[in-house]
Amino acid sequence: MSASLTVPAVGAKRGFTWRPASVLPGFRTSLTITLLWLGIIVLGPLAVMLWFTAGMGWEAFLGTITTPRVLADLWISLRSALYASLANAVFGLLVAWVLTRYNFPGRRIADALVDLPFALPTAVAGIALSTLYAPDGWIGALLVPFGLQVAFQPAGIVVAMMFISLPFIVRTVQPVIEDLEPEQEEAAHLMGASALAIFIRISLPAILPALLTGFALAFARCLGEYGSIIFIAGNRPMVSEIVPVLIVQELDQFDYQGATAIGVLMLAVSFLLLLAINLLQAWVRKRHGG
Amino acid sequence: MAITLSRRQALSYTAAAIGAAGAAAVTGKPAFADANTLLNVSFDPTAQLYAAYDKLFATHWATKTGTTPVLHYSHGGSGAQARAVIEGLPADVVTLALAYDIDAIAKKGLIAADWQSRLPNNSTPYTSTIVFLVRKGNPLNIKDWGDLIKPGVQIVAPNPKTSGGARWNVLAAWAWALKNLGGEKAALGYLQKFFANVPVLDSGAHGSTLTFTQRKIGDVLVGWESDAYLSIKEAGPGSYEIVRPSLSILAEPPVALVDKNVAAHGTTAIATEYLTYLYAPEAQDLIGANFYRPSAPAAVAKYASQFPLLDLVTIKDFGGWEKAQPEFFGNGGYLDQSFGASGASFFGVGG
Repeated sequence: MSASLTVPAVGAKRGFTWRPASVLPGFRTSLTITLLWLGIIVLGPLAVMLWFTAGMGWEAFLGTITTPRVLADLWISLRSALYASLANAVFGLLVAWVLTRYNFPGRRIADALVDLPFALPTAVAGIALSTLYAPDGWIGALLVPFGLQVAFQPAGIVVAMMFISLPFIVRTVQPVIEDLEPEQEEAAHLMGASALAIFIRISLPAILPALLTGFALAFARCLGEYGSIIFIAGNRPMVSEIVPVLIVQELDQFDYQGATAIGVLMLAVSFLLLLAINLLQAWVRKRHGG
Repeated sequence: MAITLSRRQALSYTAAAIGAAGAAAVTGKPAFADANTLLNVSFDPTAQLYAAYDKLFATHWATKTGTTPVLHYSHGGSGAQARAVIEGLPADVVTLALAYDIDAIAKKGLIAADWQSRLPNNSTPYTSTIVFLVRKGNPLNIKDWGDLIKPGVQIVAPNPKTSGGARWNVLAAWAWALKNLGGEKAALGYLQKFFANVPVLDSGAHGSTLTFTQRKIGDVLVGWESDAYLSIKEAGPGSYEIVRPSLSILAEPPVALVDKNVAAHGTTAIATEYLTYLYAPEAQDLIGANFYRPSAPAAVAKYASQFPLLDLVTIKDFGGWEKAQPEFFGNGGYLDQSFGASGASFFGVGG
């Protein structure tokens, strides 16, 4: 234990050293448990998936993931997830802002409501949403005169995704807004900056890294969502069918390799996108000295 | 609609089985010592049939052996159910939508390869066919397969990739198109138009029935004759009408003993009797009452008006499932070729 008591310079982030950046003991134990936990819970299933896929060979793998249906469904999944997370980036930020900056009757209830999509079983959410947005539903009926239909159309996928991913943006952005010092905004105001300029040049740069994290989380959640979407999407191949539905179909046809191949494709695409968002986030942090 | 209450029961049953297996490992006793317990893994549209049959069988088994059996069941999409059994759902018997799904279990060595010859009528105690269910008064005047592909007709049908019933749908449609439109190319064109008219593709027959009856979506539901009768029974007479096309298919949902599991559970006797008794006169009568087509002469005569004779093709006309499955439903098969992105729009066309 003596090794862990030699306190290293805090902030030595880079480079691979075995020294803990904490004065608290238990480095070895906690690291072992961490690696075991990640190995069993996260890496295990991923390894099985790759193992299954490895058995099929490159050509079969490429053949499976480049069929028009897989590509079309992938595009539907990505596009819908992007729309939903972008919409939530705007409106989730607004919700977080209002919940932290203003006081109004029922604020606590509104704040608690944000967590509801976390807790609600996704199938329940899906059934409720599709009932609401069906052409004879409460909201769906209002849209019919405008020639719009949400349930059982690609738009339905986005609505379900917006529902399940909202808390990710709100909950990541909220603490940052709470920590923002109003003095900065007040100073800018006294120096004659317009409200818009204050928001864009003072508040937003401070919030942006957290917003990007929230966006990435929301996006990843949208891509992986299955339970609620199957009820509202209509699931028409190449029109309103998301990739996870396709994976289940492959499984139901006893094509395990085909299913895992598409799973690996999803994994690769998600990884690349999350990497890109992380790089973007690092760049923003550097630029604004966050 | 994979998750039903019965499915959940099956899950808890599985959990119990795992627990029991754990207990057995400690005590050294077999996990399923109770020879009077049985798990029937079935597909969606048979839920009512087996709920009724289980009561009948319980009485029969009690009179025969003096013990009351404990009958568990699980209902879901046929393919998904077969997969669950392959992956370890401890089914004693499987009663699925098509032979192909039972073949898949047999290929994994859980069921003897010759399972289909072990019981009468290719191990099919009841049959059904594919019919159309239309709304009261048949407003679009749908009479035959050809009417389904007219512009503006909305068809509700499940996804053939996940639903056994939907595979019978496709084969029936194909047989009609081949006969009436001439040639494979025309038949493929028919399938394309058919699926272009499907606004919601549910994963199972049960989901499609709910979409049509509860959500009020679509003009015509294409599916099991038994489901069509059930929908009318639940919504009341006059709510819907059954339309029988000029040509359909003999849908044969077979049953089989899961040899490996019954040997491990010690349930061979009750499982064998459970399946054999399906052919008994009183069970055949129950089958007719639950809207499946019986095969025993007395029941056939009794329910003759309910099941008019139709011009039916069979799976044999397609060369059996071993040939039909890859040809129609495999990757790049006729079904994949009939799905297209045409007509896709973000909000759809309202009204």
